[in-house]
Amino acid sequence: MNPDLSQLSGVNLVVRGLCKQFRNQPVLADVSFSVNPGEIFVIMGPSGSGKSVLLKHLIGLEAPDAGEILINGDPVTSPEVAAKYRMALVFQSGALLNSLTVGENVGLYLTEHRLKPEEEIQKIVREKLADVGLRDVMDKMPSELSGGMKKRAAIARALVTEPQLIFYDEPTSELDPVSAVVIGEEILDLNQRTGVTSLVVTHERELAFGIADRIAVIMEGRIVTVGAPDEVRNAADPAVKNFLQADFKRQPKNLRA
Amino acid sequence: MFENIGEVVLLCWRTLLALPQGWRQRQKIFEQFFEIGNASLLMVCVLSFFIGAVIALQTGPVLAERSLSSAIGGVVGIAVAKELAPVMMSILIAGRIGSAMAAEIGSMRVYQEIDALRTMNINPIYYLVLPRMVAIVAALPMLVVFAILVGWFGGALVADYNQRMGIPMHAFFSDLKEIVNVKDVANGVFKSFCFALIIGSVSCHQGLTTMGGPRGIGRSVTKAVVNSIVAIVVFDYLLTRLLLS
Repeated sequence: MNPDLSQLSGVNLVVRGLCKQFRNQPVLADVSFSVNPGEIFVIMGPSGSGKSVLLKHLIGLEAPDAGEILINGDPVTSPEVAAKYRMALVFQSGALLNSLTVGENVGLYLTEHRLKPEEEIQKIVREKLADVGLRDVMDKMPSELSGGMKKRAAIARALVTEPQLIFYDEPTSELDPVSAVVIGEEILDLNQRTGVTSLVVTHERELAFGIADRIAVIMEGRIVTVGAPDEVRNAADPAVKNFLQADFKRQPKNLRA
Repeated sequence: MFENIGEVVLLCWRTLLALPQGWRQRQKIFEQFFEIGNASLLMVCVLSFFIGAVIALQTGPVLAERSLSSAIGGVVGIAVAKELAPVMMSILIAGRIGSAMAAEIGSMRVYQEIDALRTMNINPIYYLVLPRMVAIVAALPMLVVFAILVGWFGGALVADYNQRMGIPMHAFFSDLKEIVNVKDVANGVFKSFCFALIIGSVSCHQGLTTMGGPRGIGRSVTKAVVNSIVAIVVFDYLLTRLLLS
């Protein structure tokens, strides 16, 4: 384990009254919640509920029409935030640069900002890849990796920045159940080792209830419930119930009869 | 349209502002420079040779009939150096390199690679646009100088071997030297420098504003090439007016 990781500490994230419209179509409507330092906070919701747009606002890739996002009290849009706090986003697709090797991808932040000498960058990259269970992939191209390996490489790339706040966008989508559990455990393990504040956006119930300290459910751009996993599971809202309990009703045919 | 033009000018300006940091991107600049030269040299050679040849073939017999054989070298020399080499090579590069720039940056945009750069506090203009712009601005004028020389040679060869002209090579080049001066070649090179800026900024802008999936990338590539060619032709007229005055 990298000794630096244990010295990290998470930050507090507060979202107040966030609103966003695209072509007069409201996508986020008065979204408010807060995430405590070191917490794993999961935002769940069906497809098209505004989860990814919300995430883009949190990382500063989109500007809200109204409302504010504060990191330890500083607005996320202020230039000082980038210098003061380290944040990282693990994209749904991994978003590894296809023209670079996995090693170059993971070390990109350090290389481009010239933060360490080349040999040290190589060492850090190897360590971070090992932290997510990837070995002997440094010289491979992203196209040679499986979906799960790409996501783990993307987590390693995020770890290189030694983040205090890490966002995960649908980290287990398109993965088989075993890989999904491995990624979920990586998120938990990382959180326990580093104390990093983690915000996970997902529509997968198993992942959400498996890793979350608290869960918020977003529907049609509004947060409809926030609480501990048990509180959310027992929520009275029929739409939330329907989302959490949706399943096939069909019974298998008994062909032997 | 005006919004797009404004955005392209802004991108060009921001790239110029990032220029002092260009040295740190020298590796990427060299890779792009090599890509442009390596991918285009043979095509530039073939295209410019036949451009020079066809100009000699079209104008030579007409001039020879009017006892103006001594002007053939000058006509081919001026046409190739001031107009045909810069414009045709720029159109070739817009098709070959501009499309590649728009496709590469466009696919990075669609597959969130550019968003990933932003989250790592890496400016896409500095990381993606600057190396491509510097490389094309350095490579295109060099290719144009090469194209001018090959074009002249193509013209000279046709003038020598075509029976309706029969002008020996040394006479062709001697006439050319009398009429064409360094300023004419410099005009062509200056034009190609401006066209390189147009191709680079239009193509990178199209890439950075790509929306949608593979269809969006295709649309960006088409727009990058078409808009670059239209802008080259329009600016060719404007620059010619400017340089003539």
